[in-house]
Amino acid sequence: MKLEELRYGTELLKRGFASMQKGGVIMDVVNAEQARIAESAGAVAVMALERVPADIRKAGGVARMADPERVIEIIDAVSIPVMGKVRIGHYVEAQVLEALGVDMIDESEVLTPADEQYHVEKSRFTVPFVCGARNLGEALRRINEGAAMIRTKGEAGTGNVVEAVRHMHAIMGEIREIAGMDEQELRARARAIEAPYEVLAETARMGRLPVVNFSAGGIATPCDAALMMQMGADGVFVGSGIFKSSNPDKMARAVVEAVHHYTDAKVIAEVSRGIGDPMKGLDVHELKGEERLQERGW
Amino acid sequence: MAGKKVGVLALQGDVSEHVNAFSTALGGGGEVVEVRSAADLAGCDALAIPGGESTTIARLIAEKGMRDAILSFEGGIFATCAGMVLVASTIDDARVEPLGIVDIAVERNAFGRQRDSFEADIEVTGLASPFHAVFIRAPIAAAAGPGVEVLAEIPRGIVAVRQGKHIALSFHPELSGDLRLHRLFLERL
Repeated sequence: MKLEELRYGTELLKRGFASMQKGGVIMDVVNAEQARIAESAGAVAVMALERVPADIRKAGGVARMADPERVIEIIDAVSIPVMGKVRIGHYVEAQVLEALGVDMIDESEVLTPADEQYHVEKSRFTVPFVCGARNLGEALRRINEGAAMIRTKGEAGTGNVVEAVRHMHAIMGEIREIAGMDEQELRARARAIEAPYEVLAETARMGRLPVVNFSAGGIATPCDAALMMQMGADGVFVGSGIFKSSNPDKMARAVVEAVHHYTDAKVIAEVSRGIGDPMKGLDVHELKGEERLQERGW
Repeated sequence: MAGKKVGVLALQGDVSEHVNAFSTALGGGGEVVEVRSAADLAGCDALAIPGGESTTIARLIAEKGMRDAILSFEGGIFATCAGMVLVASTIDDARVEPLGIVDIAVERNAFGRQRDSFEADIEVTGLASPFHAVFIRAPIAAAAGPGVEVLAEIPRGIVAVRQGKHIALSFHPELSGDLRLHRLFLERL
């Protein structure tokens, strides 16, 4: 092996990292203790945050990258990958998380956007990125910027799965639509949904997004998680759903089991027994425009 | 290789990549199945343990009561990355219980964090030219027992071993499109 020929931060390494997360549950945590609970429950990774989305909603104000102290505390507590969130377009927050050793960066609408014109140029980083999307065009724009994983946005911090379902339907449906298109039709579609033609054509050929596609934003119970898996998600992010429930340890284990056995209703029934109260949740229809986090990013 | 049945442990990780790689390597002359329970192992000539999170896969193996079935499995085991951690005899981390199938001592995440993941061309015993290896939060074997043949070693440690029918790798041959290691494994089944 020639040491000078080692290659870091390639597209293959980034997408490969995301592939290793498939079939897994990524959990939001705000301290070392929660991170350890998530890891021992079988989470494939944790998202290190200052506050879970439900509390970000309550707190109001500007939501930013977590305090590095907190990120380090969580990195030191677990052996599984640690992810962190940066504001849309805030590439310096991303540089900082990369320097801290975070394994994947979520450029997230849950935080207050820093740039209303551009998302982070993710291909410039060594560390892989995950980005939210509500439809195929948005997903393909993010992939074109270098995202190695997509997560459907849902509506974070609500405990209401309805938006996650809407976004998964949208992306899966659009992929089915383009599957039979010829080149001319694909070019027209690429213009219509403002997506780069090459990535759209690749998606049509593969019959799926060319990167791993997780579901997020409102998953609060084992049934919610299994629903998203049956709809075609490669895995799930559970934000407030674990540590805002009455028994986080039980809930965490139950969600992991449900994701693994997502087609087996008997197992989902068994793991859902006596897990306590899920997070209370919000009616998405009562949210005012600016309270809908999914509208952030484009 | 004809007629071989390869099971891919489908609990978590890059399962479909392994299924595709083995399907191509078998070239239609065999069968690849996903193994989700002990019963699925019946009739398999080989078991691939994919990359993923070793803590998660180990937990699911234990919960599904698959440990004994894997330990008594008589076919060959093809273990990559997290799979290499799981089949080892010792692991430098009490969070993962080793299966003790391949006599190696592994260190998890031996190269650091994801930013330290890398691609490199390495020499592998039995292959005529270098193999393009993809290391993602990879483990290494710090030591290998007397019955273990070291197939590849880099300055940091051992990254490919063979013990009888089994092959264990730090890296991901299912991601780089080079199927020579899959074929080397299938030939000895």
